[in-house]
Amino acid sequence: MTQGLQSIAFEQSPYVVSSASVVGKKEGEGPLGKMFDMVETENLFGEDTWEAAESTMQKEACVLAMGKAHIHKEDVRFLFGGDLLRQGIATSLGVEAFGIPMFGLFGACSTSGEALALASMSVAAGYGDYMLAVTSSHFGSAEKEFRFPLSYANQRPLSAQWTVTGSGAFLVGKKRSHVRITGITVGKIVDFGLKDSQNMGACMAPAAADTIERNLKDFGRVPDDYSRIITGDLGYVGQSILFDLMRGKEIDIKKNHIDCGMMIFDQNKQDTHAGGSGCGCAASVLSSYVLPKLERGEWKRVLFVPTGALMSTVSFNEGESVPGIAHGIVLEHC
Amino acid sequence: MDYINAFWVGGLICALAQILLDRTKLMPGRVMVLLVCTGAVLGALRIYQPLQDYAGAGASVPLAGFGNLLWKGVKEAVDKEGFIGIFLGGFKASAVGISAALVFGYLASLICEPKMKK
Amino acid sequence: MDRKKQQEAYENYVKKKTPVHNLPVNMAKAFITGGIICAAGQSILNYCEKMGLNKDISGGWTSMILILASVILTALNIYPRIAKWGGAGALVPITGFANSVAAPAIEFQKEGQVMGIGCKIFTIAGPVILYGVFTSWVLGFLYWIGKIAGIF
Repeated sequence: MTQGLQSIAFEQSPYVVSSASVVGKKEGEGPLGKMFDMVETENLFGEDTWEAAESTMQKEACVLAMGKAHIHKEDVRFLFGGDLLRQGIATSLGVEAFGIPMFGLFGACSTSGEALALASMSVAAGYGDYMLAVTSSHFGSAEKEFRFPLSYANQRPLSAQWTVTGSGAFLVGKKRSHVRITGITVGKIVDFGLKDSQNMGACMAPAAADTIERNLKDFGRVPDDYSRIITGDLGYVGQSILFDLMRGKEIDIKKNHIDCGMMIFDQNKQDTHAGGSGCGCAASVLSSYVLPKLERGEWKRVLFVPTGALMSTVSFNEGESVPGIAHGIVLEHC
Repeated sequence: MDYINAFWVGGLICALAQILLDRTKLMPGRVMVLLVCTGAVLGALRIYQPLQDYAGAGASVPLAGFGNLLWKGVKEAVDKEGFIGIFLGGFKASAVGISAALVFGYLASLICEPKMKK
Repeated sequence: MDRKKQQEAYENYVKKKTPVHNLPVNMAKAFITGGIICAAGQSILNYCEKMGLNKDISGGWTSMILILASVILTALNIYPRIAKWGGAGALVPITGFANSVAAPAIEFQKEGQVMGIGCKIFTIAGPVILYGVFTSWVLGFLYWIGKIAGIF
């Protein structure tokens, strides 16, 4: 059922039946290292290129998610997937082998939210019993596509974020589990005109603030109604901006806000500067850290807000700004 | 003595370029372009060559020296060959640097695999 | 407030919020790194001149050896680490130019000999060569006119 201006509250809330996370070496060495389902110490994942490695990561995440729930690929009605590469090629090549009818998505780093929203809508609408939502990012392929060759002698600014090598897959369906998606808030493009591709957090923070505010208003909630409000990859710079923006809206989320990009790496030891980013950041942290806490009931209800900086290298070179987007997913323990 | 001059002049040029990197939104590629062009202009204004005579490699090794080299090549060629020298001198003077970078860079791409950043 | 002013205000606000590297420290690091590379160049230059080579050829040898060293260090993934510490000190010398040629060549080798290595080898170095050659061409043209006019 529609709720407020941009949200949906499900009458029959779909369940997150299972999920899986696959990450690279650096992520495995981070604070959440032990929680991921799979850590590959070889960043090529046995493949020849970064792009193929990313596809393999997605494939493995999907296999793990389906395996945990003992669901065959034939039982999955639709797959919603995306990544950071041009034309979403990592997803196309990664999920091809499953033969699941699929929708390819692009929402930059917010793709996990987009995929979960569409998957839960499809299940709630009765279009299938199981849907798979999957996203990924890879440091090598993202740097190569958006920034510089990896061995180029550039100094990263302190506002730069480190693209997470990782993938998260979520099986959304009717089968009972301990976490359900009770509502979603679909974000709109929010662009404050910033043109700095090395400061993604500042580009995305306004979108996150907009979606969080909208979610609270649409559902008539206050921040304390959520055990945690979890943004995708604002990083250290983005978080401080988010707090300021929310203060401007007279909403205080400081107490219960966490950011996946700030949790996945050790700020003191891993030298990533402003934190992690990428489709795989929010997805792998949701699967490995957030969902288990919800399953155990440590958290009753969280608002998961993956954020995306919708940057195209072409429009960026043409002097356009970097638009932001954020989707809100309400997850509840049951 | 020439080592000290090379060290401090070369270091100073790099330190000045660091200001551009850190305090402007200029990407490294643009800083490199800027230095080469500046070097060529300073060369034409007869400022760079005296500096290079003083600092040796301290002025010739930074990319501004590459710009100065381009200018010197063009000037010599114009002196020698006239109009066509404008088209001749730049590449001739910079041939060693460009060829070496391309050849060695290409060979490296045949031997090495892409590696993750540390 | 119109949109443009709003955007400017946000940009200024973000600038204040965003941490930046400590400039004096970074400049010192660039100074040391660049200085060492230039001093290394000087030692090659001195050696060549001692061997009786003329100035231009000695300069050529110096460039060639520095470029070779830089490409080897890039291939071994050591040059990016020098640059991470030394910043512009590793970018500005000719070794930085060599790195900017070798790095994309290595990175894009998977995309093939022509479209991969062949095209992408110039992604960063291409502009340097283009604008360097163009600037010197313009200056040369002015010099040529000046010569005809009898100024030089």
